[in-house]
Amino acid sequence: MAIALAAVNALTKRFGDKVRTPVAFSDKVTGRDELSVTVARDVIAEACELLKKEPALAFDFLVDISGVDNHDTDPRFWVDYLLYSFKTGGLLRLKVAVPEEDPTVPSVVNVWRGAEWHERECYDMFGIKFMGHPDLRRILMWEGYPFNPLRKDFPLEGKPSNVPEVAFTEAAPLQGGPFVTVPAEHACGREPRVRENALPEDMRSKAKKP
Amino acid sequence: MADKTTTVGYAGRLEDEPIITQLDAAVDWVRKNSLWPMPMGLACCAIELMSTAASRFDISRFGAEVMRFSPRQSDLMIVAGTVTYKMALSVKRIWDQMPDPKWCIAMGACASTGGMYRSYAVLQGVDKILPVDVYVSGCPPRPEALLDALIKLQEKISREPGLKNLKKTAAASAT
Repeated sequence: MAIALAAVNALTKRFGDKVRTPVAFSDKVTGRDELSVTVARDVIAEACELLKKEPALAFDFLVDISGVDNHDTDPRFWVDYLLYSFKTGGLLRLKVAVPEEDPTVPSVVNVWRGAEWHERECYDMFGIKFMGHPDLRRILMWEGYPFNPLRKDFPLEGKPSNVPEVAFTEAAPLQGGPFVTVPAEHACGREPRVRENALPEDMRSKAKKP
Repeated sequence: MADKTTTVGYAGRLEDEPIITQLDAAVDWVRKNSLWPMPMGLACCAIELMSTAASRFDISRFGAEVMRFSPRQSDLMIVAGTVTYKMALSVKRIWDQMPDPKWCIAMGACASTGGMYRSYAVLQGVDKILPVDVYVSGCPPRPEALLDALIKLQEKISREPGLKNLKKTAAASAT
C-alpha cells in the first residue's frame, strides 16, 4: 500500500488533476489492501512509463489489462491496468474511462512488451482500439468476424456470420437459457438452471425443484 | 445371420478348406476389422482417446490401433473434443482429405451437440459439417464407451452393402 500511495503521489505531482483521488480496497479475510486510481485517457502511456522508470516505484510487471463494458452508462467502457513490482512489491490498479463514440486508448506496448497480446484481446472482445499498437489484430476470433463478443449488447448465444473459407458462426439454441440462479434456501436449489417456464410442457414436471 | 450381407459359411472342418461367403460380407469383414483412426483430438476427450489406445484399454484388440495423423491414410475420424467455429472448417477440410469409404465417431458431449458450450464460439455438434455414424455420450466418455462406439460402428459396417460401397462417397454415407 505504501508503494501504491507513493505511486499516486508521483502521478499527481506530474499530471495534476488528470489523476483522480485513489480508491482503496481492503479486506481482512483475504489480506487484500489495494489502491485503484483513475487516470485521464491521454496520459495513460506516460503515466505507465513514469511508474516503470521511477526507481523508487519500479512497476516492472504488467499483470493484466482488462476491458469493462458498463452498458447504458457514460462513459461506457473502462480499461483497467494491474501493475506489480517485483522489486518493491507494490501493487496498483490504473483505470481509464473510454467513451463509446471514440473507443481508443494509447497503447502501452512501448512500456511493457507483454501488453501486446493483452491489448489485442481487449480489442478483439470489446472493440477498443489501442493507438500506437504495433500489430493490432484480433487474437481469439478471426479477421473479418463482425462482432465484439464480450460487449454487453452481444447475446451469449452469438449471431450468425460468415467469412468464406475462414469460419462461419450460427446462433446457439439456448432453450430458455442462459442458466439463471433463483433464490432458494438450500444450495442445490440455487444452482443455475434453465428458467422453468422456458422448458417444453412435457419436461416441466420432470424438472421439479428439490 | 438373418442379414444376407453378413452370411459366412464354413465348408469343412479343416482350416485349409475354402470359406464360402458373399463378397459383400467379405468386404465388410475386412473393412470393419482394420479401421485406421484419424485422431481429431480437440479438447479433454483426446486424453481419454489416448488412454483408449494405450495398454490398459488397448484399442488394438478391435483392430483400430493404427492411429494415422495423416487424413490420407485413415478411414475413421474420431472427433474428440470441442469443435470451435475457428476450428470447424479445418475439421471439415481434414475430413474431405480422407479417402472413401470413411466413417466418423463423435466422441463426447461437445463433439455431439456442443455440450455445455451454448456459446457464440462453439459449433453445436460436428454433425453440422460432416456425417456422423456413432455418437458417444459423456463428458468425457470413459474409454470403454469409446470402445463400445467402435464395436457399434463395426456392427454398422458389417450391415453395409460393401460391394456397392466400393466407391462410396461422403455424400452417400450422409444419407
